[in-house]
Amino acid sequence: MEPVLLRARGVADSRSLAAYLAAGGYEGWKKALGMGPDAVTKEVLDSELRGRGGAGFPTGRKWSFVPKDHPGPRYLVCNADESEPGTFKDREIIEYDPHQVVEGVAIAAFAIKANTAYIYIRGEFVRWARILEDAIAEARQRGFLGKNVMGSGFDLDIWVHRGAGAYICGEETALLESIEGKRGFPRLKPPFPAVVGVFGQPTVINNVETLACVPHIIVRGAAWFAAIGRPKNTGPKLFCVSGHVNRPGVYELPLGVTFREIIEEHAGGIRGGRKLKAFFPGGSSAPVLTADEVDTGADFDACAAAGTMLGSGGVIVFDDTVDMVEVADNVAHFYAHESCGQCTPCREGSDWCMDILDRLVAGHGQAADPDTLLRICRFSSAGMTICPLGDAFALPISSIVNKYRAEFEHRIASATPLPQKKQPVLPWAGPRPGFGI
Amino acid sequence: MSTRPIVAVPPEALRIVTFDAAMEASIAELLPRYPTRRAAVLPVLWLCQERFGWISPGVVRAVAARLGESPAFVEGVVSFYTMYQTAPPARYVLQVCTTLSCAWCGGRELVAHLKERLGISFGEKTPDGMFQLVGVQCLGACGTAPVVQINDDYYENLDVAKLDAILDELAGRS
Ligand SMILES: Cc1cc2nc3c(=O)[nH]c(=O)nc-3n(C[C@H](O)[C@H](O)[C@H](O)COP(=O)(O)O)c2cc1C
Ligand code: SF4
Ligand code: FES
Repeated sequence: MEPVLLRARGVADSRSLAAYLAAGGYEGWKKALGMGPDAVTKEVLDSELRGRGGAGFPTGRKWSFVPKDHPGPRYLVCNADESEPGTFKDREIIEYDPHQVVEGVAIAAFAIKANTAYIYIRGEFVRWARILEDAIAEARQRGFLGKNVMGSGFDLDIWVHRGAGAYICGEETALLESIEGKRGFPRLKPPFPAVVGVFGQPTVINNVETLACVPHIIVRGAAWFAAIGRPKNTGPKLFCVSGHVNRPGVYELPLGVTFREIIEEHAGGIRGGRKLKAFFPGGSSAPVLTADEVDTGADFDACAAAGTMLGSGGVIVFDDTVDMVEVADNVAHFYAHESCGQCTPCREGSDWCMDILDRLVAGHGQAADPDTLLRICRFSSAGMTICPLGDAFALPISSIVNKYRAEFEHRIASATPLPQKKQPVLPWAGPRPGFGI
Repeated sequence: MSTRPIVAVPPEALRIVTFDAAMEASIAELLPRYPTRRAAVLPVLWLCQERFGWISPGVVRAVAARLGESPAFVEGVVSFYTMYQTAPPARYVLQVCTTLSCAWCGGRELVAHLKERLGISFGEKTPDGMFQLVGVQCLGACGTAPVVQINDDYYENLDVAKLDAILDELAGRS
């Protein structure tokens, strides 16, 4: 397809305002200011744009949840935390086309009548935070931001707020806490951020890629956008392909292509002439798919039907040399490190999974381990925790146990017992009647 | 949950630091961006890390005093986020990604090599204070795995030879 979000990739000096204007930049912003907030929201609603940050929530609907009669300020927050393993698309947009993000943020802020917007970017992205700050300064100098933007009477400030190393701050309510200057502890919902968000005011949080779609929708119209992809799964999507492929990278494709097309055609197939074994379709929080499931459609609904999720579009590919027990262990290490610690099922569960998987990988597996893992995961999903990180570790780990159980059994068959004094603490290695799990 | 060891600091690190005029000017620039002073905690800590090299207990007290928070609150924030240094860092902090795409595309070899070349494990510094090795989670650059972040800069598409060349170059800088 014709590149939309990545149209600037490969263009000389593409980050500059001059290049962006030459490509028709800020036309959407001008048009939006003339349309008024409600018409802008309606256009985005009609485009059926769904959030690219992970959950796939309809963007226009999210905007319309902001109370119309709210007397105080509202805020727009752009989520540039990009911390889901396997995801590196927002960085690509910022690297080549930061003004696209600034314009998207501006239009979204206008649609919800927010005069202040924050771009929350992960602390490691020092270079990309600077790129955004430079773009914002350039836009402000040209009168696209600041007081009375282009004579419209609308004021808008955009500030870059840097994180400081915490995956959980990608979760929207943890992110808001982090902007407020606190530890990134997710909040219980409801209230949802659209009603009580940052500084207690209505707040809309959208991903970088989501907001980058907005100027194009305003300029070219909702019908153009909705014609790309599949019904209810519209528009271009950035797929980040990493792992054992010949050409890893970010590919812009219509939603609804299959993972086979993404992996085989675009990413050049499995490297070294090997065979595909498994892949995460949307970051490591999405249940794993096997080589047999590679014809699954890469869109929100097809992934949900296959028991997984499109998530952030981070496709992590493993060839047939990969040991899935080790993959599960690596995943457990990630979440055990990143759990914020507020909820017992997530904090302890991710740690226990890590302990068990470490022990399995070290060659001391026990017969009960696969079922114990599944039970721990069951206890940390489906609404047992404050935020979805509880599910984010439980679902991929249980999917690996379920789909590759033979590899676990194989390891256990040849395992040696642990020296007694090194036995890790496993508070409930056996069933516990009454726990319901 | 990420936890960090408690490190003993020399007595002078406990003394509250003072912010010079340039620092005060930077803070004054930050404050109007937010409706609360508390919201400036993270950016002010970043300024301090740039200025003082690390977040000593004396820096925590100064930030708390400047923003009207308790030192305990600021300490809680510092200890939650992994990127604030709570001990003086080495000159070059090697942050090696240990997550999936990097781990299976050469990252594990890089880690083994770094540990051997530098003679240290994760969390440690070389005795000359040049290098510090940190195992980190996905850096958001998985398409160019394996990735190492050295101080603020990303080094991507690495292998042992390329990393060696980079370390040689850094070690040779005056
Ligand atoms: C543990 C966790 C981590 C997340 N990390 C990110 C992230 O790095 N970037 C992002 O845009 N959204 C992330 N999200 C999703 C956000 O909570 C939120 O749904 C999203 O930013 C909304 O934007 P959208 O509607 O445009 O998708 C994460 C969610 C969870 C539960
Ligand atoms: S589920 Fe995990 S990360 Fe989310 S709030 Fe609870 S402990 Fe924190
Ligand atoms: S896995 Fe290493 S950068 Fe993402």
